[in-house]
Amino acid sequence: MTDRLSTMSDSDVVLRIGTRKGAWTLTADTDRRCWTLSAPTFLGHVVQHVIADPRDPARVLMAASTGHLGPTVFRSDDGGVSWSEATRPPAFPTGDALGRAVRRVFWLTPGHHTEEGTWYAGASPQGLFRSEDHGETWRPVDGWNDHPNWSTWAEWPDVEGTPDGSMLHSVNVDPRDPAHLYIGLSGGGVFESTDGGADWKPLNRGCAADFFPDPDVEFGHDPHCVRLHPLMPDRLYQQNHCGIYRIDRPSDTWERIGDAMPRDVGDIGFPIELHPRDPDVAWVFPMDGTDVWPRTSPDGRPAVYVTRDAGGSWTRRDAGLPDRAWFTVKRQAMCVDDGDPVGVYFATTSGEVWGSADEGTTWAQLAAHLPEIYSLEVG
Amino acid sequence: MSPAPDDLGPVRVRIPTPLRSYTAGAASVTAIGTTVGEVLDDLDRRFPGLQFRVVDEQRRMRPHMVVWLRGERCRDLDADVRPDDEVVLMQALSGG
Repeated sequence: MTDRLSTMSDSDVVLRIGTRKGAWTLTADTDRRCWTLSAPTFLGHVVQHVIADPRDPARVLMAASTGHLGPTVFRSDDGGVSWSEATRPPAFPTGDALGRAVRRVFWLTPGHHTEEGTWYAGASPQGLFRSEDHGETWRPVDGWNDHPNWSTWAEWPDVEGTPDGSMLHSVNVDPRDPAHLYIGLSGGGVFESTDGGADWKPLNRGCAADFFPDPDVEFGHDPHCVRLHPLMPDRLYQQNHCGIYRIDRPSDTWERIGDAMPRDVGDIGFPIELHPRDPDVAWVFPMDGTDVWPRTSPDGRPAVYVTRDAGGSWTRRDAGLPDRAWFTVKRQAMCVDDGDPVGVYFATTSGEVWGSADEGTTWAQLAAHLPEIYSLEVG
Repeated sequence: MSPAPDDLGPVRVRIPTPLRSYTAGAASVTAIGTTVGEVLDDLDRRFPGLQFRVVDEQRRMRPHMVVWLRGERCRDLDADVRPDDEVVLMQALSGG
């Protein structure tokens, strides 16, 4: 398979779009004003996540399934020009005591910069898998999948607790230490390992879990997206089902920075993205979490909100966005580039991609009429 | 007693379109086996990766995947396959 990535230059900015019906790329020059949409790749396949390896951007992984066929991972070594399937996709061991089978590979994260070829995959049900050969073969992270508390933490076997099932996402690797990992479970909460995944502990203190009769619980929360700042790895941000949070380790308590959002907008959403060079800057895309939880832009007035003081205050950014639109943006469908100023991008379940070349101040539609978009990544 | 695999004639297997990327586009292939599971094992030896798209790691037919065998729907990997059988792999389409 080919697409126009074969004509890319090193200075192009590439957005990789995963949709319910295939994958596309959007490519721009460094001014990020003129974008070109590729032909589809894997048209008709369910593409959950497509992400390039920052250690070697020619290597790209794709989490996919096809209709009712089983889930798998495709990999490219040439920037997405050609693809091959993992010879051993993420899977629980045959004979697994709980009878688990991967139904969906949901999330892909490149491993530590010193561990060439390593990747992590999060799945539904909430398994964690690791590859050490650029995604060619995958093995379960036994310390997580077989943890004595896994069934409790992962709400097993109630994997249909949410309409799309429970999933493991937001695998964050501490850039100072490849053995220091954070993961997010929807539902289940945030968990931390300091020994390469051999053991895990919940890290949810301070987060609301308003959907429980007793919201003061150790786990069972619903982090939608968790991001660790690469230049300040003790700082993590979280867009949670119940609000926006920040934690500065070694504290074990999250602070609800979403309280500074306007009350009529709220702090519910799915994605959160961080400025690559300024740990105080983050962007969110609020969605309606009232009554029946529409999870569309509050009052049909889409906006990105940015904080430049680590959540102390938030500023609305909607110039260029439609006056009225009921956008839904999934947790993997927002990203930033490393330009100066930073480019910020989001994509909607209604098949639109929006971008800002000035850190969210002004927005332009980059693509429309695509299938339901699940993920958007730069690289 | 089942015949040894070397004594078996191949059975014909019809491949649905979503799986033909594994069979170089072939709509029909042959495979060896005395059960549905053995036929799928043989298919996977010849077309690596095909089986995992049909059967999960716990050896369960994936939801909405079905085998037609002697005119009957079959989801039992232990079901007998006879030398003159045709095994039809099928995926139900749903959901738009």
